[in-house]
Amino acid sequence: MIRITRAIDFSASLRYVRPELSDDDNAALFGSRARHHGHNYRLEVTLRGEPDSVTGMVLNLKDLQQILDDEIMARFDHRDLNLDTPYFEKDPPSPENFARVIRRILIAALPDGMLDRIRLQQDADLWVDVIEPEP
Amino acid sequence: MIELTCRYAFPAAHILSQPSFSAEENLAIYGKCANPNGHGHNYEVEVTVTGPIDERTGRILSPDLLDRIFEERVGSRFARRLLNDDEAFRDRVPTTENIALVIHKTLSDEVAKRSSAEVVRVRIVETRHNSCISGAIS
Repeated sequence: MIRITRAIDFSASLRYVRPELSDDDNAALFGSRARHHGHNYRLEVTLRGEPDSVTGMVLNLKDLQQILDDEIMARFDHRDLNLDTPYFEKDPPSPENFARVIRRILIAALPDGMLDRIRLQQDADLWVDVIEPEP
Repeated sequence: MIELTCRYAFPAAHILSQPSFSAEENLAIYGKCANPNGHGHNYEVEVTVTGPIDERTGRILSPDLLDRIFEERVGSRFARRLLNDDEAFRDRVPTTENIALVIHKTLSDEVAKRSSAEVVRVRIVETRHNSCISGAIS
């Protein structure tokens, strides 16, 4: 089996908030992450599969880039994760939650069984990997 | 499966020499790393944890807690020190392998004690040319 990885970079702002809590309680629970702040995210998407016998590719990287542009960049780049997307109305946009949202979006957009893992890097010193089970 | 990784760094000195060997034997095995006066590296440490996500906070483990544990148990213990002086390396040569094992064990114990997360692996980058992983690779 081959694994192939494509990376994209995007920037977004966010606040960790639970809507049922007061501002003070959110600040107590999340600290400075309850304030409006932002990250330069890097997303690495790894696909698994056998290269096509004619094209030699698991998936055309041009097509993968198009999916990443449509599904990830258009939704999240230079957006506010809380105000401009529907994913964090109840749950804070921690990298764990954000990575799980991205995983769901990519599984729906990619051919079945092709996603191997994603790495969502929030900055140089912190990242989350979501790894699919072995087939 | 979901994993969270935090990266840290500390500068430290070490000497690779096995006390039961002669100076010539140490030089033959460890080369320039056996310099009895020591040498140093900017060690980078990637700590990877897994575990259930606390749905209230959205986190496997608070990075602030991991930062504190790292500083208490590793940073303050090894930064700007000669690793050979540490009790963990009294009977163990401070190779990248042994440093990874010691840091992995230290952090595993402390993270298990203070959270519901588990340290699955520790990766030590000693220089741009060599690194070492202790634990399971996913």
